[in-house]
Parts: sequence; C-alpha cells; structure tokens
Amino acid sequence: MTILRVDGLTVQLPKGGDRPEAVSGVSFSVERKEILCLVGESGSGKSVIAQAVMGLLPKTLPVSSGRVFLEAEELTAASEERLRQLRGARMSMIFQEPMTALNPVMRCGAQLDEVLREHTRMGPAARRARTLEIVREVALPEPERMLESYPHQLSGGQRQRIMIAMALVLEPALLIADEPTTALDVTTQAQILRLIVELQKRHGMGVLFITHDFGVVAEIAHRVAVLREGRLAELGAKLEVLSNPRDAYTRMLIRAVPTLKPHGRGADDAAPVVLRTAKLSKTYTDAGWLSRNRVVPAASEVSVDVRRGQTLGVVGESGSGKSTLARCIVRLIEPTSGKILLADLDLARMSARELRPLRRRFQIVFQDPYRSLNPRRTVGEAIMEGPLNYGVPRARALERARRLMELVRMDPNALGRYPHQFSGGQRQRICIARALAMEPELLVADEAVSALDVSVQAQVLALLAEIRARLSLAMLFITHDLRVAAQICDQVAVMQQGRIVEYGPAHEVFRQPRHPYTQALLAAAPGRDFAFGG
Amino acid sequence: MRVLQSWSVRIGGAALLALLLIALAAPWLGTVDPTLFDAASRDLRPGEAGEITTLEGETLKHVFLMGSDSFGRDVYSRVVYGTRVSLLVGISAALLALAFGVILGLVAGYVRALDGPLMRVMDGIMAIPAILIAIALVALWRASLPTVIIAIAIPEIPRVTRLVRALTLSIREEPYVEAAVALGTPAGRIMLGHILPNTVAPLLVQATYTCAFAILLEAILSFLGVGLPPDIPTWGNIMAEGRVQFVAYPHNVFFPGIFLAVTVLAVNILGDGLRDTLDPKMAKRV
Repeated sequence: MTILRVDGLTVQLPKGGDRPEAVSGVSFSVERKEILCLVGESGSGKSVIAQAVMGLLPKTLPVSSGRVFLEAEELTAASEERLRQLRGARMSMIFQEPMTALNPVMRCGAQLDEVLREHTRMGPAARRARTLEIVREVALPEPERMLESYPHQLSGGQRQRIMIAMALVLEPALLIADEPTTALDVTTQAQILRLIVELQKRHGMGVLFITHDFGVVAEIAHRVAVLREGRLAELGAKLEVLSNPRDAYTRMLIRAVPTLKPHGRGADDAAPVVLRTAKLSKTYTDAGWLSRNRVVPAASEVSVDVRRGQTLGVVGESGSGKSTLARCIVRLIEPTSGKILLADLDLARMSARELRPLRRRFQIVFQDPYRSLNPRRTVGEAIMEGPLNYGVPRARALERARRLMELVRMDPNALGRYPHQFSGGQRQRICIARALAMEPELLVADEAVSALDVSVQAQVLALLAEIRARLSLAMLFITHDLRVAAQICDQVAVMQQGRIVEYGPAHEVFRQPRHPYTQALLAAAPGRDFAFGG
Repeated sequence: MRVLQSWSVRIGGAALLALLLIALAAPWLGTVDPTLFDAASRDLRPGEAGEITTLEGETLKHVFLMGSDSFGRDVYSRVVYGTRVSLLVGISAALLALAFGVILGLVAGYVRALDGPLMRVMDGIMAIPAILIAIALVALWRASLPTVIIAIAIPEIPRVTRLVRALTLSIREEPYVEAAVALGTPAGRIMLGHILPNTVAPLLVQATYTCAFAILLEAILSFLGVGLPPDIPTWGNIMAEGRVQFVAYPHNVFFPGIFLAVTVLAVNILGDGLRDTLDPKMAKRV
C-alpha cells in the first residue's frame, strides 16, 4: 500500500537563483513499512521536497506543477485547514536540530500534551497516560522526570527522542525525518537510527528519511533516491544503488565516501617530532560572584607527538576536548598546565609578544568555511595578511599568494574577489592557502572537512594529503568522523572527556581497537559493514 | 544599491537632502540677514509685508513669509538659517560620539582587562540624564557652537560604546579573527582591519539615531536658554523667544517646531530604513 506518492513535483526558485527550479519533476513513492532515503548534497533540494509534502513551503517557493498524495488524498489540492489537521496526525516531521524545534520555555510534557489537545478529544488523564506511554516507547529513561524537564536540561539524543515521541504520538502513517541525526554524536546517532527502524517496524509507518550521509543510508534504507540539483538521479533498492549504481553522479558520490579501512601507509616513528605536548591541560573555571566556582576540565594531561610529514588524527565526540587541544596548541587559548614544545621552545607559558615571531611556524584551518574568512576582505588580502605581518614585501607576498592559489587548485586571478563569491569547498581551499602562506611546519586542521559535502570533502582531503607530502608538513587533524580519520591519519589519538584513551598507529587503532570506547565508536559508525570508496 | 530600494531610506534621505540644500542655499532663498530687526515690523503675521533695516541703515521692503518676532526679525530667515545650526550640531555631535564610542568600544570589547573599568565609567555616565550632563557642561564652559556640540556628544558616547563593545565581543569569536591572531596580526590591526569594518552597518543605524537625538537636544538646550546664545538663530532659540507670545502669535513657535519635527522624523525614518536593509535580523526583533 502506497502511503506517499510524489508525482512530477516541481518547485520554483525565486528569480536570480543559481537555477530556475529548486525541485524539477521529481516522482517517487513511499510504501507502508518502508524507509525511503532521499540522499543528496547541500542544495540538491531534498529539504524542499520534505517541506512541499508537509505543505510548509515558504511563499517564495511555489509548487509550479506536480501532485503529492498522502494515502490517496491529494495534498497539493488540500486547504490550509486540512493540511493543519493532517500534520501531526497522518504525517509528521522531525528535524536536524531538536533544540530549535522544541519550545525552550515549555516543559517537554506540555509540548507533547499540546499535540494531543490540538488533534484529539482525549481527556487530561488519557492524554497523560498516552504521553507517558509514548515517552517509554522512545526508550527515554525516567519518563516522569523527562516530561517535567525543559528542553535545555536534556542531552541532544534525549531531545531528539522527545521530538520523535511528539511526531509519533498520533501514530501517523508517514514520518519525514530531515537529517535527524546529523547534529548528534556517532554513538547517539546509532541509537536514534536503531530507534527509528524499530518504531517504523512496530507501527508499519512509511518513512521518508533525508540525509547526506551514505553511511546512514547503508544502515537503514530499504530504497534510495539520489537527488542532484533538484532532479532525481537514481531511484532503486538499497543494495542495487549502493553496490551497483547506474548513474555516473551516484557512482561519484559513493566513491567519494571515505572507507573505514585505514590507508596502507604505515606510521613513521623515526620522523623528527615537530610538536610535542606534555601533560597539557586546560580547565575552564566559571567564576561566579555569588555562586561557587564551577571547574570544567576540557583537556587533561594530553601528551602527543606530531611528526614531520605525518598526520596525527585526534578523534572524539563533541565535548571530548579535541578542539580545546587544537586551540591550545596554536595558542588561541592559554593552557592551564603542561607543556607545548615546538622544537625545544615551550609555547604554553609564552606571552603574546614572545609568541608572535613563532606563530608563522604553526597554522590552523577551521571548520566553518563561511565564517573563516572576513567577508569584507578580498581573498588576496586574506592570503597575504600573514606574510605582510612578517615583513614580506607586497610584491613577493602577492606572487606567493598566486602560487598558493594554484597549489590549492584555484584560479590565481580570483585573488581580487570577495569570499561570498566562492562555494564552501573553494573557501576551505582559500583557508588552506592562507595557512600555507606562512610556510608553517605544523598545520592544525580543526574539523576542516566536516562542513563540506562528501564529494568536496574527498577533494579537500586529497589536497591536504598531497600538500603534507609535498611540503613535509606535520599535520594535526581534529575530526569526529572516523571515516575521514581512517583516510588521512598515520597516527590516531582517541579522546573521551578530555583524556586520551587510545593512541597509536592508525591501522592498529582501526583494526584492533583496545579501549572499549574506541570499540564503541567504531561499532557505532553508520554503514561500517559496507565497503565504500573507490 | 540594495539600500536605495527601501522606501524609508528614499523618503528619509530625500527629506534630509532637501534640508541640507536649504541649509547650504540659505542666503539665496529670499532671506535677509537673520539678525536684522526693525522696530516698525514687530509681530507681523505670516505673509504680511513690512520693512527691514540693514546694518548700513538702508531700509528694504520685505515680505515676512512666516511673520516676524517681537524684535521685528524675519522668522522665515531665522528658521532657514537655523537649519544650518541644527544640521551642523546634529551631524558633528553624532560623528564625535561615534569617534570616541568606536575607539572605547573596540578597546573594551577586545582588551579584557579594560572592559570592566571602561564600562563602569560608561554606566556612570548613562545613569545621569543626557540633558543634565549637557546643561552642566555648557554652564561650565560658556555657550558656543563647539562647546554645545561637545556637551551633546558626551552623553551619547556610552550608547555607541556599548553597541561597539557588544559587536566586538561577538565578532572577536569569529574564526576569521582567530585566524588573524594565528597569522600574527597585531591587536590594533585586528581591531581596525577585521572587527571595525564588520560593525559598519549597525553603527550607521546608530549614527542616525544619535544624530536625531543631538538635533533634538540642541533645540531643547536653546529653548531652555542654556544652549547657543540667543543672537544665533536656532530653532530652539526662536521657539524660546516665541513662547511668551505663543497665544497671540503662534507662528513664532509653529514654524521652527515644524522644521524640527520634520528633521528628526526624516533622520529616524532613514535610520529605520537603513536598519531594515542592512541588518534584517535586528529589524525582525524590534
């Protein structure tokens, strides 16, 4: 039985966009008891389809043709009032960021109750019973306490469970999940995915699951629809699409997914150490006027070596202290104790003035390519800023910038343009060029490919590996993504709650993880049984 | 230009431009020297004809478009020349407050150690009503154009400082500022080269509000008789002189009042328009 049928859906984009339509003639269906994964890179129109189905498209994006049916009822012809009745009752949606999807000043229980009050005629006692039942069903511990909590008091995973409970409390026929696990840590992600599959089986729902992550697709999909720039590139059963893609674009995407198998290159323990941390710790103290001081250890006694021509990967979930470590090492923040040894100079205790001449020797690339470049400065100014700071004449700095643009595979004539004229991947290349302009010995990459689409990610990773080899750079690579770490790192340090729990050559850590936390991380990686990559 | 598509910007800007032209072209708009008086032409109604004596003792025929005051001075000429004073005071005071506020705000936001002391001083200034500070300062220094401008600018500095500090605090956390730190860029250049250019939009909006308030404050000071000396034609002075005879000759208060209201309104409309186009996030909140 077909639950959702989308027939030739076309959604118009406002004039002046990069293409005339957000979604062009897309047709697919979701059957009962089926999970259909809608995969695509950013801007492929996957969220627009979800909004079109829910009738939540903004006025600037009108449906120009095509029809959408939910259980034989045409949604594209339904009134606003009818859509409102259907939303929540027959179809519901969960989002990427549960914190913004939940009302921060309402208790979770009251928000669940509201759904029932709006859509049913249940009395307070019956509503309360149903609320508790659904909270138990999404496997939240201590249901009574959860219902009394405000969203900010819960963890990301718990919030997403509350969202799922809200979406399912009326037993809808269709659940639309728009990147529901993208903001979550890998272990939490695994739990939420398992929960969605379990609930879908039990209730026989159809699920339209939107994601950019082929690992997640491999984990939960029955069928897969691949979107490219608003058009359906491929639609088929999961195994067929993943292992034998017919479309060239799908093939390229799947090949770009990094594998969990570590690359062959062994770690070279003989290479000279460029940077060594010794028992490096950073503790944050919340000094309250009236309250007691709160002490948060972000990183404790971290000792690692970064060697010339080698990449040390630091992996961990959010809050594990990996970014704190990176920012301590490049001295954007001051460590509380321990040493940071660059050759035999200890950076940890240096003042800003003492650090200045040394800064050119270590550089950092950040996660968010959209915020890493000053919007009011040209790319050329950004790349030349460092060399100019150290007295390189303007003509030489410009020449160096042009050379670096070529190195990162960009047009040297684009130096006069502003950051907003470039895509995310191009901006990240510019950031890499800016860091390299200082001719550093150590390059710290703090989640530098995490915000990029998978095909762009593969290119930037290849570029980083190439640059490291060519310039004999020592690289410290911070990431939450085990697949990425497996591809680029020679050595891996696994961090949990500010401490390093496992540290060794990448192939050993990935093949025979010793620490239970590393084992848990690897086990949670979505699609781990599936061999991606070329 | 996206900014020029906003009707608020167009209307406010056009009105201000017109006022600016009036101020610049004051001598050629059928005015006479605003300080001239003639005992024979006292308290004329708007539109009445009379005569006026120049400094050389010549007597001219003159139509008093907005009437005359109790000294026989031409209100129209005084109002038109008053535009000069009002705009000059408004714009200079806004620029002055902006200059100091930007420097103090950048320092307070970027140099942690100075944040507390600086902002407590600013809080202190903000705790005293602006008009009291201005009156006290003018009384201290003797009223003249520069002292009035400074006296009006000083109570406005904390507002600008607070805005710039708040912006600096958020911008300094942006990765591109951290990248500049990592690139060894000195603190001064980070503040002026990276942070300041990204505060321009909200600052421009704040500048218009400061300007409107400065114009109003100047008029208030003059009206209370603690602003510019009465021989200088300002809207506040004209209204102050007209106040006594308001019931009999309302035009003395009415015409400068209209000019003042239109000017302040135009500046505020311009500011709202700028805010909506330059800073859509802020517009939604208000």
